[in-house]
Amino acid sequence: MTALYFVTLAILVAAAFLIGRQRAQSLITAGAPSLHSLPSYHGMLPMAAVLVAMLLTYAIGTTVVAKYAESSALAVLGAETIADPLKRSAGLRDIQNIATGKHSGEPSALLKDAAQQFASASAFGKWVVYGLGSLLGLIGMGYFISRISPVYRARNIFEKLILVIMGICATVAILTTIGIVFSVLFETFRFFFDPALKGRPTVSQFLFGTEWNPQAALRADQGDIKTAFGFVPLLTGTLLITTIAILVAGPLGLFSAIYLAEYASPRFRAIAKPILEVLAGIPTVVLGFFAALTVAPLIRGWGEQYGLDVASESALAAGLVMGMMIIPFISSLSDDVINSVPQSLRDGAYALGATKSETIKNVILPAALPGIVSAFMLAISRAIGETMIVVMAAGLAANLTANPLEAVTTITVQIKTILVGDQEFDSAKTLAAFALGFVLFVVTLILNVIALQVVRRYREQYD
Amino acid sequence: MTDIAGTDGPAFRLDMTSDAAKRRIRKRYAAEARFKAYGLAALAVTTLFVAALVFDIIRNGIPAFTQHSLMMDVAVPADFVPADKRSNPVAIRSADYFPVTRDALKAAIPGIQSRQGERTLVRLLSSGAADELRDRLVADPGLIGKTVRVPLLLSDDADLYFKGSGTPIIKRNGVGTATPSGTTGEITILTSSNDFAAEVVAIKQAAKAKADTLAIEAARLATFGGQSLAPRIAEINAEIAELRARVDSPKVEEVLDGKLPSKLVEINGGLVKLTRLTDISVAGEVLLPLTSAAEAKPGNWRVVTYATPESNRKVSDLEIGYLERLREKGFVENRFNTRFFTAGDSREPELAGIRGALIGSLLTLAVTLVLCVPIGVLAAVYLEEFAAKNRLTDIIEVNINNLAAVPSIVFGLLGLAVFLNFFNFPRSAPLVGGLVLALLVLPTIIIAARAALKAVPPSIKEAALGVGASHQQAVFHHVLPLAMPGIMTGTIIGMAHALGETAPLLMIGMVAFIVDVPGALTDAATVLPVQIYLWSDLPEQAFKLKTAGAIMVLLGFLFLMNGAAIYLRKKFERRW
Repeated sequence: MTALYFVTLAILVAAAFLIGRQRAQSLITAGAPSLHSLPSYHGMLPMAAVLVAMLLTYAIGTTVVAKYAESSALAVLGAETIADPLKRSAGLRDIQNIATGKHSGEPSALLKDAAQQFASASAFGKWVVYGLGSLLGLIGMGYFISRISPVYRARNIFEKLILVIMGICATVAILTTIGIVFSVLFETFRFFFDPALKGRPTVSQFLFGTEWNPQAALRADQGDIKTAFGFVPLLTGTLLITTIAILVAGPLGLFSAIYLAEYASPRFRAIAKPILEVLAGIPTVVLGFFAALTVAPLIRGWGEQYGLDVASESALAAGLVMGMMIIPFISSLSDDVINSVPQSLRDGAYALGATKSETIKNVILPAALPGIVSAFMLAISRAIGETMIVVMAAGLAANLTANPLEAVTTITVQIKTILVGDQEFDSAKTLAAFALGFVLFVVTLILNVIALQVVRRYREQYD
Repeated sequence: MTDIAGTDGPAFRLDMTSDAAKRRIRKRYAAEARFKAYGLAALAVTTLFVAALVFDIIRNGIPAFTQHSLMMDVAVPADFVPADKRSNPVAIRSADYFPVTRDALKAAIPGIQSRQGERTLVRLLSSGAADELRDRLVADPGLIGKTVRVPLLLSDDADLYFKGSGTPIIKRNGVGTATPSGTTGEITILTSSNDFAAEVVAIKQAAKAKADTLAIEAARLATFGGQSLAPRIAEINAEIAELRARVDSPKVEEVLDGKLPSKLVEINGGLVKLTRLTDISVAGEVLLPLTSAAEAKPGNWRVVTYATPESNRKVSDLEIGYLERLREKGFVENRFNTRFFTAGDSREPELAGIRGALIGSLLTLAVTLVLCVPIGVLAAVYLEEFAAKNRLTDIIEVNINNLAAVPSIVFGLLGLAVFLNFFNFPRSAPLVGGLVLALLVLPTIIIAARAALKAVPPSIKEAALGVGASHQQAVFHHVLPLAMPGIMTGTIIGMAHALGETAPLLMIGMVAFIVDVPGALTDAATVLPVQIYLWSDLPEQAFKLKTAGAIMVLLGFLFLMNGAAIYLRKKFERRW
């Protein structure tokens, strides 16, 4: 059915273009007034009309048909089933399984009837969509072909359409942001304020609680088990790992950038830069594997040699590898800002007799400071939002500790742990993940905005 | 402040020759050298890290591309599949291959009588050992009733043993003449010389060394204090006491257990695992039967040591005995692991492959590509060429920059809440994965495309406008084609990013254990990075190698994609 629809679509599209262009072409005769638009525009306009009409009909039509088929099948099952959401979804699943032939065992007569109803309703609906789509396509095509004349401004109309489409494409980014904000905000709101939700914390309990134990609130009806949604241990865990990462990546990245920008010969730069780029291109799941299976045991082994009790999922291992991950960020961003410091500043310092390192320390770094600060902030935001390294190398236990040798957990680890597997959207546990996602989004957004702002202000200095 | 043009007071003179000045300069130059060294050191550490990472992955990953099998002559009985059903592939496929492979293996190592020994022998083979034989028979039913030479896949533990994770084996020729008391079961062996004195001493030394390490561990634990460690310390102390008593006892008889290196005797074509030994006689259990109980002359029998204690390795002494015997007889072959690229996921490490994940990645990336290239390019063209400079455009621009820095897991939350929960799209499907990744890489592509469009000099567009092209004609016919190499480079880099992305796909359920290779956009599927994550979580050592192997494949693809991007940039880069 779908195939037939799209074959028809393809045929109509081709026909619209060819007929339109042909008709416009036939108007070009000696003595006749010349066309406003090229013949191909007269072809493309009906073609676009067919495409838009048929694709829109398909998108809207199939959704409506699916809903119609479901409701007509559920009507067979009776009002009682429709009222109960659990039975409703179970019934729907059964019906769909029977319809696709995946149902195991012999279904009951009622279910069979419902499935029959579902199949016939959706078949009927699909034919309606097919008919409607083809009809609208033909109408659109006919309308624009009938308008073809030398004075008809086909190009202007077509370009207006393209402009609208481009505008829509540009707003996809905005829609994504809106989608993120609303989906996360909505569930977060429910997490804190939905009266039907058992075990939900108050905002202050969430923000200042020191215990994190969402596992107990697996189901809404298990409210009597003690659950805790204290955000503090997650925050400290995240900050601990981020701090370690920055302590590693800060000096390494900054010194690499200084060396590459100020000391390295072009040949050395050509070799060293790709190494940093390779590091930047390594997927974090690979770094996580390395952290969990190589770095963590190594640190544990060293710790044991010195009589230290190192957890096998220590914050140190995750932090170290995460630091390695963000070195390229810091170094490439810092490299850019150091390079954009005007040469006149360097020349001035050299003229005063400063050595290269004195110039760097006293002139270039202060001048590049805003850019470097913003690089660090972007790196911190990257480290806070990084998931795979900590999922694989950091722990699950929400320990409130500042000891890098102990296991801590992070915001992203908890989001992943809660949401992987089956979720129910009406349990406090699932919604907690969205609340964490909201915090994560807001924190990284603030860091990014500040970083961009700092860069913007800095750029004005030397222009 | 130095007074340069000193008008009143003594004129300032820069003293360059005094010792103090020279010291100052030396200090400054030293600081300069130090600073430069810091920079070099930072680069060296980073390089070292990358090298360690790559080396570690390759070292672990290379063995995943080969697999050990037993090349054996398997006799397929004539009644294996009834003659009238041989044209039916299903009948051949569903036949019971286990007895056939078992018999082939038993023929290779004859004389095993105990049920336990037989079971251990059969377990050396993978549960998919007969797959190759099955494929052969399906392809050529005429082979039924004949003897077929096929590789039988070994289990993951046996495979790992041959890949070197077993134990060092030390062999020493016997000095005296040894006389076994039997050929099977529990036997004793007497030698004419005190062949085992050294072993007894070695065992005592090993026990002493172990007691010492345990004592250090106990002392370390004691420094932590705390009630929770007390039982563990008591346990260790008991073990130390036991070991010390053993070292101090004057008895010349030593009893072997799984915590000490295993001692075996190779004699008369058989293998005896020692359980008790004195200087001149040993008692043990026959692992591989002896051909006779005749006495063996010096040099014709050997004392064998498996240096890793049995409790510390995955393969038992019996299994090592069988595997070494199979290797001696030349059955073991190391072959390229084609299954790694042709099979889906499996719970058995030796049967698991990455094909499902590769196809899943391919489908997901196809969706991403189809969505994000047109949308990204059109959005970039709009913002760069057509958008009015107003508040809305400003907001869109800031928005795109911010979206590029939103953590990827947040995109997963969006996919979960919007695509799965609101639109009821199927879980685990490449369609949804592709949608989420498209939103994720869209900002990257828009930013890259805008930069490429900006790099095209305005004179091109102006010339087109000058000869009467409309604004859109000028952009789509002239500016965009010139910006295409840059856009392609950005797209490839964005796709490479999408290929390596894991976290958002975990959110939308692409982490399920999926055996089947996905065939459609709505089938349940997983992708390569998620497969890596799943395998890295499994306890089997063999999966660790598979993980590294899969990482090598992933990095290989990323390398190719980035290489293509660099090539495009180099080839079409144009300075205006």
